[in-house]
Amino acid sequence: MDAILAQLLNGLDKGGAYALIALGLTLVFGTLGVVNFAHGALFMLGCFCAVVFRYLLTIETVTVDPTQLSPWGAPVEVRTPLVQSWLGDWGAFLVDYSVPLSVIFAVPVMLVIGIVMERGLIKHFYKRSHAEQILVTFGLAIVLQEIVRSFFGANPVPQPIPADLRVAADVGVWFGMEAYSVTYPTWRLVYLLFSAGVIGAVFAFMRFTTFGMVVRAGMADRETVGILGIDIDRKFTIVFGLAAVVAGVAGAMYTPLLAPNYHIGMDFLVLSFVVVVVGGMGSLPGAVVAGFLLGVLQSFASMNEVTSIFPGIDQIIIYLVAIIILLVRPRGLMGRSGVMES
Amino acid sequence: MFSLSRKDFTLLAVFSVIVMTMPIWLQPLGAAYPGLMQKFVIYAIFAIGFNILFGLTGYLSFGHAAFLGVGSYTAVWSFKLLSMDMIPALFFAVVFAGIFALFIGFFSLRRSGIYFSILTLAFAQMSYSLAYSVLTPITNGETGLLIARDDPRAIDTMLGVGQSASGMPMPSLIGIELGGYGGFYICALVLIACFFLSQKIFASPFGMALRGIKSNPTRMIYTGFNTKPYMLTAFVISGMFAGLAGGLLAVTDPIAGAERMQWTESGNLVLMTILGGVGTLLGPVIGAWVIKYCENIFSAINTQMLNGFFEFLPDGVQSVAVTVMSKFVGEGWHLTLGLVFVLIVVFLPGGLVEGAEKLRHRFRRRSDTYDLAADAQEKRT
Repeated sequence: MDAILAQLLNGLDKGGAYALIALGLTLVFGTLGVVNFAHGALFMLGCFCAVVFRYLLTIETVTVDPTQLSPWGAPVEVRTPLVQSWLGDWGAFLVDYSVPLSVIFAVPVMLVIGIVMERGLIKHFYKRSHAEQILVTFGLAIVLQEIVRSFFGANPVPQPIPADLRVAADVGVWFGMEAYSVTYPTWRLVYLLFSAGVIGAVFAFMRFTTFGMVVRAGMADRETVGILGIDIDRKFTIVFGLAAVVAGVAGAMYTPLLAPNYHIGMDFLVLSFVVVVVGGMGSLPGAVVAGFLLGVLQSFASMNEVTSIFPGIDQIIIYLVAIIILLVRPRGLMGRSGVMES
Repeated sequence: MFSLSRKDFTLLAVFSVIVMTMPIWLQPLGAAYPGLMQKFVIYAIFAIGFNILFGLTGYLSFGHAAFLGVGSYTAVWSFKLLSMDMIPALFFAVVFAGIFALFIGFFSLRRSGIYFSILTLAFAQMSYSLAYSVLTPITNGETGLLIARDDPRAIDTMLGVGQSASGMPMPSLIGIELGGYGGFYICALVLIACFFLSQKIFASPFGMALRGIKSNPTRMIYTGFNTKPYMLTAFVISGMFAGLAGGLLAVTDPIAGAERMQWTESGNLVLMTILGGVGTLLGPVIGAWVIKYCENIFSAINTQMLNGFFEFLPDGVQSVAVTVMSKFVGEGWHLTLGLVFVLIVVFLPGGLVEGAEKLRHRFRRRSDTYDLAADAQEKRT
C-alpha cells in the first residue's frame, strides 16, 4: 500500500511536468494549427530563466576581511551577494527562494519570447504543410538550444531548493498511516500543486474570460469569428505567448528536480508529443489527462515487481501505450473527430 | 533491366566521375581524408534511402536512425560470429534492417501525416531505450558493440582464413583488408550502385505510383490502386538503404553504439535531405555532403584562425568580429546549421537543388530575352 502511494505521487509529479508541456503544445496546435517542435526549447528557456534569475540575484561583492583568518593564516575572502548587503535578511530570503520567485521573472520574459517567435517566424507557416512546420520549428529549436549553450556551456546548471523545503514531507500520516511510512520530498509536492494550479488557471482563463471564449470560438471556426469582426490572429498570437509562458514556468520550477542543460528541451519534447497524441491533438483536457496518466503508468512500470516480470518495460511503456492508442483510437483519448485524420 | 533514359545515364556517368574523383577535388577543400570521405559517401546512401520514402511519398519518418543502428549491430555481429568479410555483413545488415522496417512500417503506415511521424518516432525511441537497457546482451549497452580477437567467426575458421598475427582483425573483402582508400572506394562503388537504384525507382511505374500517392492518395485509391503495399514497399526499401549505410559504417569502423539510433540522428538525416532538395535525385547526396563537410570544417575553426582571418580590421572591430563569429564556429557550428536550415525551409523549401535551378532559369530567361531583342534588332536593320 505504501509503495503504491509513493509510486502514485511519483507518477503524478512526473505527469505534472508532462501535462504542463503538453498543454501548451496542444493549445498551439488547436488554435494556430501549427505542430511546434520548438516547444521543448521553450521549456528549456524557462529553465534558464531560473538560472539567469539566480545569477542576477547572486551577483556578489568580494571583500578581504583581515579579522577573520583561514586555518592556514590567510585573510578570508568574504562574498556577500549585493542583494543581501542592500536588503539584509530580506535579500537572503530572496536568494534562498530564487527558484519559485523566478516564475515571476519567467512570465514576462517567456511571453515576449513567445510573441516574438510567433510574429517573426511561425505566422508565415500557417498555410504550409505540417511537414514544413515540423522542419522549421525543429531548426528553430536547434538555434535556441545552441544560443543557450554558447552562453551557459554544455554542463547542467543545478539549482537549489529553498532551505525550508528541503525536508521530506510525511505523506503517510495524511492518509491515516503510521508516521514515516511514506515520506516524500516537499519540493516535489510543491511542484505537483504548482502544476495543478497552472492547469486550473489556464482552464479558468479559457472558460470564464471573454478572451478565452473568443479563442475557443476561434478554435471551432476561425473564419466565422473573423467575419464577426474580431481580429483572431492577434488573439492567437497571445495564445502562443501563453503557451510559451506555461512551458516556461513549468521549466523554471522543474530546475531543482533536474539540473537543466541546453538539450533538456529535446528530451522532454518527444515525450510531450506522445502525451499530446495520446490525449488527442488539440484537446486541452486530453493533454492533461494523458499527461498524468502516462506519468503514473511510467512510475508504476518502474516498480521492481513489474520489471521482474517484464524487464525494461519502464523504458518503453509510454511509447508502447502511444502506439497502441494511435492504432486503436487514432484521434486519441479525448480528441475531436476529424482533426488531422486523413 | 539496366537501361536508363539518356538524361539519367548522363547524370549517372557524371555522378560516378564526381564520386570516384573525390580524393582529387576534395584536396583543395581540405577534406581529402579517407575517414571523412567514407562518411560523405555513407551518409549520402542514408539520405538517398530516406529520400525514396520522404521525397516520393511525402511521409516524413522521424525514426530512420533506428534502421541505421540495426544495420550497424547486425554487421558487427556478423563480424563476430561469421566472418570478417564485408559481404555477409552487409547482406545481413540489409536483410535485418528490411525485416525491422517491415515490422515498423506495417504498424506506422496505418496512419498518415503527423501521426505517422510520431509513430515512427515512438518506435525508434523505443528501440533506442531497449538497446540501452534490456538488450544489453546483444548491444553491449553504453560501451557499444566491439569485435574481439577471440570471437568464433565460424566461416573464417572453417575456411581456415588465418588471422593476422597481431592486432585486431580488420573487415575485409575476399581476403583484402579494407583500410583507408580501399574502404573509401568500396563505399563509393556501393554509393554509385545505390544512386543507380534510386534512379531506376524514380523512373519506374512504382515510383510514379508513389508520386501519385503523394499528390492525391484518395484519387489513387479511386483509380484502383491499393496504396498500402506500395507504401510498405517504399518504407522497407528506404529502411534497407539505411541498414546498408549502417552496415558500411560498421565496415569502415567495426563498432556499433546505441547513440546512432537517437532521434536527433533522424533529425539530422531530415536536415540533410531538406538542405539538398527533397524528391530530387542529387539533392540528398549534396545535402549530406554539405552538412558533413561543414560539420568537419566549421567545428575545427578556433579563435586563433578567426583572429588571423580578421587581421585586416582595426583592433577593436577585430576583437568584436572574432567574438561574434566564434559563436558560430567550433563548438557552436550547430547554431550555423540551425540558422541555415531555418532559412532554407522559409525561403527555399526545395533546397539547394531548387535554388540552383531557379538561378539557372533566371539566367536563361535573361539571355533568351536578350537573344530576342538581338533578333528584333537584326530584323529591323
